Amino acid sequence: MTASASPIALRDRYRRFTLTRLLTLAALLLALGTAVVFDVSTGPSTFPFADVVRGLFDSQSLPQAQQVILWEVRLPYAVMAVLVGASLGLAGAEMQTALNNPLASPFTLGLSAAAAVGASVAVVFGFTFMALGENLAVPISAFIFATGATLLIQMLAYRYGATVDTVVLFGIALLFSFEALLWLMQFIADSNALQQIVFWTMGSLSRSTWNKIGIVGGVLLLCTIWSSRTVWQLTALRAGEQQARSFGVPVERLRLFTLLRVSLLAATALSFVGTIGFVGLVGPHISRMLLGEDHRYYLPGAAIAGALMLSLASILSKLLVPGVVLPIGIITALVGVPLFMALILRRGRRAGA
Amino acid sequence: MSVTPTSATGLWMQDLSTGYPRRPVLQGLSLAPMPPGTLAAVVGPNAVGKSTLLKAIAGLRPSTGQIWLDGKDLGQLPARRRLHQIGYLPQALPQASSLLAYEAMQGALRVGRPDLDRAGVEAAIEHIFTALDLRHLALRRLDELSGGQRQMVALAQVVVREPRLMLLDEPTSALDLRWQLQVLQTVRALVDSQQGIALVALHDLNLALRFCNHLIVLGGGQVLAAGAPADIFTPALLERAYGVRARVERCSQGHLMVLVDEALPSHHTL
Repeated sequence: MTASASPIALRDRYRRFTLTRLLTLAALLLALGTAVVFDVSTGPSTFPFADVVRGLFDSQSLPQAQQVILWEVRLPYAVMAVLVGASLGLAGAEMQTALNNPLASPFTLGLSAAAAVGASVAVVFGFTFMALGENLAVPISAFIFATGATLLIQMLAYRYGATVDTVVLFGIALLFSFEALLWLMQFIADSNALQQIVFWTMGSLSRSTWNKIGIVGGVLLLCTIWSSRTVWQLTALRAGEQQARSFGVPVERLRLFTLLRVSLLAATALSFVGTIGFVGLVGPHISRMLLGEDHRYYLPGAAIAGALMLSLASILSKLLVPGVVLPIGIITALVGVPLFMALILRRGRRAGA
Repeated sequence: MSVTPTSATGLWMQDLSTGYPRRPVLQGLSLAPMPPGTLAAVVGPNAVGKSTLLKAIAGLRPSTGQIWLDGKDLGQLPARRRLHQIGYLPQALPQASSLLAYEAMQGALRVGRPDLDRAGVEAAIEHIFTALDLRHLALRRLDELSGGQRQMVALAQVVVREPRLMLLDEPTSALDLRWQLQVLQTVRALVDSQQGIALVALHDLNLALRFCNHLIVLGGGQVLAAGAPADIFTPALLERAYGVRARVERCSQGHLMVLVDEALPSHHTL
């Protein structure tokens, strides 16, 4: 490239990328909004699109029964799908950067499996934390187990100065251990408890309430603000760990706090809705493909992509078998796997070209 | 000697020791002051501690002893402030991520130069990409670049922060001939124009002789010899350091060159 008399400033050429990324984010948000409205209008009883929009802004204009369906059933479902999807997408994205591994997700480190064990322990032993009732005892127990699992990994990694790869291996070992424990719980459970455990592990939005939404939303907000303070360090880390270290990025501390944030996000989300795989893995990949890895765009992109995925899965869970709402965990895997394969194959072709 | 560590400009090391719990690497290494404008090659056989020395100076490895840079004891500085004066280029190439080269530079500056505002960052990137003739790479992704191009981006990440001292760990080892020259020419020009100091770990002795005005030969956890190449570089030194029989001759353009004849049998590194 020969320098012309006055080359266009790199800053201005880069600005075009920035603009494209902002537009892509806006398009993702628009798609998410559309999906949510569609999600709310889908269900066993017909709910025309126009009524949904009208009901959202002026709920008095709807008949009493429709108001209840809209505000107590459909909306909590749809909003929970968005928040859980966003939490898992963000958690997966941060985890993939912190561990420098595109296969990392809350699933990979055994977080989901630990949460499932926690839930089944509460179900089998009939925990009722201080008379909170089973309704809350199950998510609390799931949360404790999931965070406990991450802390265990962190402790091992910190104590023995483990490398990133060792952390991933710890996680995989933990995943198998917790799966074995889950089978053990299922083995000793009576048939009623067994049914509950199986249902929990399939993942479901049907237990959504506004209180739970408040908790998941609050944690998501907190973690978003927290991670936004480290975007530059995380971005620098993507150019190489040793390079980042030489600029003054405290890599160990960054990794520790990022993984703590990830476990908080994922454990909160999973404890209320059960096992939902793949969103935390695919969301970041979609974001990376569309927006690159500048974490100012990559992190929000992964959150929105995760939310969009789960929102679409929620719609499908109501449409696939008319009159039946399938557990959403089944849908994310069934729809997510082909999507994931398509992404990988597309990338493979491009790299090979 | 009337010059004291705190009054001298340049880089000065005394009694530097570092290593691993059961394997000391450098034991009480001392180096006379290197003035501004020094481009020093750190040479020696594998595992002699070239990388370890650079990491210890950068503060990325714990060490004992004193290192002064322009009269300041680096050991007294907090890690972060120490790193802000030093540009350390690791041996590993930058990761082939989907980050744009421009964004990699932004990340380096936002973290490594907190004193710059947004406009300052943009100006610094503009300047360094132009100075290193890398403008055509700026908006390409790291995973689309060749190894040599990525190394140049990493070098740009180092020099854009305008460090007083550059520590480059085998910057040429993954590169072909043209990029090897490109990298070392760039470093030479930077040291000359800014009167900085650079320590470059190198395996290729002829590259070291061609570009560096100072040599540090390591062996047995110590400095075997240090000084201007013409003063210290002899066949005897090569035999001691590497266990090879070699000639040191001047080429037709006047540069010193090493011609290696054979590896000596049963040589044990000191």
